[in-house]
Amino acid sequence: MIPELGQVALSLALAVALFASVSALAGAEKSNAEWMAFARPASQSLTLLVAFAFGCLVHAFVVNDFSVAYVANNSNSALPLQYRVAGAWGGHEGSLLLWTLILGVWTSAVALFSRHLPEEMAARVLGVMNLISTGFLAFMLFTSNPFDRLLPAPADGRDLNPLLQDPGMVLHPPMLYMGYVGFSVAFSFAVAALLAGRLDATWARWSRPWTTVAWVFLTIGIALGSGWAYYELGWGGWWFWDPVENASFMPWLCGTALIHSLAVTEKRGAFRSWTVLLAIFAFALSLLGTFLVRSGVLTSVHAFAVDPKRGVFILGLFALFVGGALALYAWRTARIGLGGSFAPVSRESFLLANNVLLAAAAGTVFLGTLYPLALDALGGGKISVGPQYFEAVFVPIMAPALFLMGIGPLARWKHSSLPELAVLLRWALAVSLTLGLLLPLAMGSWKPMVGFGLSLALWVVLASLLSLRKGARTRSQYGMVVAHIGMAVFVVGVTLVKGYEAEKDARMRPGDTVEVGGYSFLLEGVADVAGPNYQAARAKVSVSREGRPLRVLHPERRLYTVQQSVMTEAAIDTGLTRDLYVSLGDPLEGGAWLVKVQYKPFIDWIWGGCLIMALGGLLAATDRRYRFSLQAKQDNVVEAAA
Amino acid sequence: MSSRALWVLGIFVALVALLAAGLTLNPREVPSPLVGKAAPPFELPLLSEPDKRFASKDRLGSVWLLNVWASWCVSCRDEHPVLLELAKSGAVPIYGLNYKDKREDGLRWLAAYGDPYRLSVIDAEGRIGIDYGVYGVPETYVIDKRGFIRYKQIGPVTRETLAQKILPLVGQLSRE
Repeated sequence: MIPELGQVALSLALAVALFASVSALAGAEKSNAEWMAFARPASQSLTLLVAFAFGCLVHAFVVNDFSVAYVANNSNSALPLQYRVAGAWGGHEGSLLLWTLILGVWTSAVALFSRHLPEEMAARVLGVMNLISTGFLAFMLFTSNPFDRLLPAPADGRDLNPLLQDPGMVLHPPMLYMGYVGFSVAFSFAVAALLAGRLDATWARWSRPWTTVAWVFLTIGIALGSGWAYYELGWGGWWFWDPVENASFMPWLCGTALIHSLAVTEKRGAFRSWTVLLAIFAFALSLLGTFLVRSGVLTSVHAFAVDPKRGVFILGLFALFVGGALALYAWRTARIGLGGSFAPVSRESFLLANNVLLAAAAGTVFLGTLYPLALDALGGGKISVGPQYFEAVFVPIMAPALFLMGIGPLARWKHSSLPELAVLLRWALAVSLTLGLLLPLAMGSWKPMVGFGLSLALWVVLASLLSLRKGARTRSQYGMVVAHIGMAVFVVGVTLVKGYEAEKDARMRPGDTVEVGGYSFLLEGVADVAGPNYQAARAKVSVSREGRPLRVLHPERRLYTVQQSVMTEAAIDTGLTRDLYVSLGDPLEGGAWLVKVQYKPFIDWIWGGCLIMALGGLLAATDRRYRFSLQAKQDNVVEAAA
Repeated sequence: MSSRALWVLGIFVALVALLAAGLTLNPREVPSPLVGKAAPPFELPLLSEPDKRFASKDRLGSVWLLNVWASWCVSCRDEHPVLLELAKSGAVPIYGLNYKDKREDGLRWLAAYGDPYRLSVIDAEGRIGIDYGVYGVPETYVIDKRGFIRYKQIGPVTRETLAQKILPLVGQLSRE
């Protein structure tokens, strides 16, 4: 009965979303205040309805209702409770419901925090967001209903994919979707502004905090996913350039470019046309990611079950939303205008270079991700594009971006002088180069790439701190400095892991020792243990350094009984300057085991850097000028007119 | 309308066309290296009577299907009615490989949904599955009179694949 209620709620939500989008958009076009007035209450009821449906699905999981096909496919009575709840988004249908719920949450947030906007603008934004909801609700109800029954009900479920039975599953998808879907706000603002023919500094000011918050969530979501892959997959890698990882990385790159270009549009009224295009692209790439994951056109560890009908439907949505927005852009672009002019050396130029580099980076990821598909479509056979390509093209693009990241914040708007900048930054440059080139010696061996990476990171930190001395000390200024330092921390992590990581695959019997990165690992023994829904072999590995015992690690090799799949559960000793990573492989003859031991210097700086970046974004998004936007709006009109 | 905007639109249309073309392809349809090669031989206990064994070489001289199934596999249920119809028609004998399953679960499953198989053998640890390159259940192999694999169906057998691919191939192989 409860699953049917969920289904009814979804159908009602579809009707409400369709009604809200039509009345809001038509109302804004005809300046009909009564029609526009529906937008806010309808958005909130939509969210409540979808949240209710989501609750019904979670309920079906919690009470083990295997007569619901989706529950039978993704859960099991032996599955621990927290994973039964997270299992609600462990498969295609449920994660789509989560997607729609999060879209509803964003829509409601816009409905709540848009009182200071002109009524027509708010109605258009809400109308576009409800239109997106309509599309996704229809997609769910027509091709991927999570409440479909499976009768007669099976005695027990197929179980959640063991890879997903992890605390990461509870947080990673919701955070990632908050980011993906959050870009729909910037997209809707862009479309609304195009509809109104009003793309100005005020539009940029309204979009900025929303875009930054979405970017913060996306950053955290990607970092969580990367950390999860690191400890769960048992290989010790933190990024695999898997098509679906790329699908989340492209909107991130595009969103990062958007944040910076919005700054120019807000402050100087320039780059309008480009900014609006980026706002469309950021959400388009989010939709493209959804398409790539759901349609099964690419193989990946993340890909869901393949159903051609779904692929066609979501491609249709993609073509409709993005195609519609681009057509509108093409139609209105002549009216956008150019905005303030600037000299070749100015903050605008540096931000322009930043945008070009980030767009180029997104472009290379895009090419590498879709190239296998294009080749296959042209009958060229099946290939995959690996990390070699991405690493080879990525470093040359990101290195100049990091260099400019140091200069940009110190340059003045409109016109800046190169000699002045050089004087300002000469010490930062000298110190970062010297220290950066010397530091690798402290790690034991000098490597050019490590020296280069560390110099760049130091450069970003020093130059960012300098910009605090020069610039206005607002919260958004601090936010920018924190985010840039986060980027530097990230670069340190990547550089040192790449430069000095060490690993060994050893065949070990109890009593054997293996040495990696100056640490000794002694396999003391392997015992059998039983978990709630798995059986495991659990090894005891003592780690010591120069004879001093440090820690005992317990890597496991689990057999999940329902799906009969084997998972390695790596044991990690985490530290500020290094991780020690032990995973237990297959049993070999004669009581020996395959053991993989890895030394990962500074790897936690990678995720630490991402979190610092996210913190910076949060600081910037909560700057007080966004909270007093009415006042600011008036100031800004004057500024834009000037 | 500026030419720049037209460029953007044009590229977008090309992208959508590419993605639409991608939908017609199946990235999982990795051509199996086993098609055209001799089917890996096996001899396994019967699901119904584990004391007795079935050897794949007993089937030399006739065309048969090997269907990999398990009681825990939900999509096996989708293809089950198709297999039952095929068994009733008598067009080709179907042999089942009960993959990574418990014997009593497998028997209960056949009792509940019907048994289209001449017989099923037990591959509890999935060793034969490894020889055949099974990477998802269900999978179905068409094996010819000489014991060569001639076709591999990944995922459920549907009425369309049966009518368009498997039955015509079986007819042709029976005449060979």
